[in-house]
Amino acid sequence: MIEVKDLHKSFGEAHILKGITTSFEKGKTNLIIGQSGSGKTVFLKCLLGLFDYEKGAIEYDGKIFSKLSDDEKRNLRAKIGMVFQGSALFDSMTIAENVMFPLRMFTKHSKSEMQDRVDFALQRVNLEGAHNKMPSEASGGMQKRVAIARAIVNNPKYLFCDEPNSGLDPKTAIVIDNLIQEITDEYQITTVINSHDMNSVMEIGEKIVFLKDGLKAWEGSNKTIFKTDNEVVTDFVYSSNLFKKVREMYLKDYK
Amino acid sequence: MTYLHNIGSYFLMIAEMFRKPTKWTVMKQLILKDIDDLIIGSLGIVAFIAFFVGGVVTIQTALNITNPLIPKYLVGFATRQSIVLEFAPTFISIIMAGKVGSFITSSIGTMRVTEQIDALEVMGINSLNYLVFPKFISLMLYPFVISIAMFLGIIGGMAACVYGGFSSLEDYIIGIQTEFIPFHIVYAFIKTFVFAFILATIPSFHGYYMKGGALEVGKASTTSFVWTSVVIILLNYFLTQMLLST
Ligand SMILES: Nc1ncnc2c1ncn2[C@@H]1O[C@H](COP(=O)(O)OP(=O)(O)OP(=O)(O)O)[C@@H](O)[C@H]1O
Ligand SMILES: [Mg+2]
Repeated sequence: MIEVKDLHKSFGEAHILKGITTSFEKGKTNLIIGQSGSGKTVFLKCLLGLFDYEKGAIEYDGKIFSKLSDDEKRNLRAKIGMVFQGSALFDSMTIAENVMFPLRMFTKHSKSEMQDRVDFALQRVNLEGAHNKMPSEASGGMQKRVAIARAIVNNPKYLFCDEPNSGLDPKTAIVIDNLIQEITDEYQITTVINSHDMNSVMEIGEKIVFLKDGLKAWEGSNKTIFKTDNEVVTDFVYSSNLFKKVREMYLKDYK
Repeated sequence: MTYLHNIGSYFLMIAEMFRKPTKWTVMKQLILKDIDDLIIGSLGIVAFIAFFVGGVVTIQTALNITNPLIPKYLVGFATRQSIVLEFAPTFISIIMAGKVGSFITSSIGTMRVTEQIDALEVMGINSLNYLVFPKFISLMLYPFVISIAMFLGIIGGMAACVYGGFSSLEDYIIGIQTEFIPFHIVYAFIKTFVFAFILATIPSFHGYYMKGGALEVGKASTTSFVWTSVVIILLNYFLTQMLLST
């Protein structure tokens, strides 16, 4: 479980996060949604300690992150898997080496055990046979999936995904969503996902935090998001014509 | 103010580089890769430049000794002194600041802008140790490059001397053996080690702490080259003053 208390973050004059309080639960897929530029990535990077923040506290299972020593921080981070918005694959390594990297750094498995884990992770993201490609030879969607395989290969306790399925076709996107939910449940991971994809919201939004203008505008789940009257949320949810239509039909049926 | 701030971060970076070492099995491979990129990869250009500049130094010296009272072997002597004392350690280091330095800055800078460094940090890896330490270790082989430059510079001088007919092979060989002071070699290699440290750390600093995108990677490489050369030239001055003048 990760708890966030009154988080403030600015870049110079620009106040990006204006006091966010929320929590992310263990064994659940927690979604952060909001428009482009609403501060999702900045929020996630604050959670990970990649950005300093002016005010607020972040607790990982009761431990205040900013109060940990450098070594304690690193030990905690060894249990974190992260999928960056731009994949952030190591471009001097092949795809298999990228996925194997956390194992090589943090485990004492034998070469063949590691190989098996890598095969397994790549298979879960539907990338069998891409082992020896370089990241520059892979498509954007493939890079995303490699990044996911790299994040999950060492059974993390906390998993962060910054738009894991942007740039993927709808079918693969659902596969990825389901995969993330499966492993979250299976290994009781605390998973935090940035997204603005309504499909993900419906599929895996076990907990949803809605950001707008640096504030938490709404909090709920995929069970409640379609029922809320909160205008900020409905404005976002029904911005696509498809969802507008679905809603009209739904309302008609119930009249 | 920002200068002071940067100098401070530079020294903090060096301290951090030695903390929380990366697993040795991984580090070993990183060091081997950097030896290949930074040392082996530079031998060709260094050999080429050393040979021909050695030749030019000899020709210039020979052409400027017009007084018949000055013995011919002085051409060899002067060539050896300029190559061992300045040309090989300092001049080659400036060239390396361009070649190796911009390579280091742009490769680390690219990792910064594509969030690869963040990815390392998020995994709990000391990214400074992971990225900079292997470069520092492989550049400890830099004196080897400079020895080759010294040797080929003197050979280049000899070739120019003999083929240009400026003096005989015997005179040149007598010249390069005249008044040999072993401490000059020590001085040259002390400089080389200091410059190796500069070549590994200043370009890394500029790559690691850069902000922005691909355009800024290019700018960072240029700035890095300027600062690496400036620091090399300044340290060269102070070290020469300290070690050679009595
Ligand atoms: N390193 C930075 N320096 C200055 N401003 C930044 C920095 N990173 C982000 N910002 C600003 O913070 C705001 C929020 O950006 P952020 O990347 O968090 O958006 P986002 O919600 O992730 O959007 P998207 O869905 O497009 O990824 C933007 O206005 C952006 O300009
Ligand atoms: Mg983002």
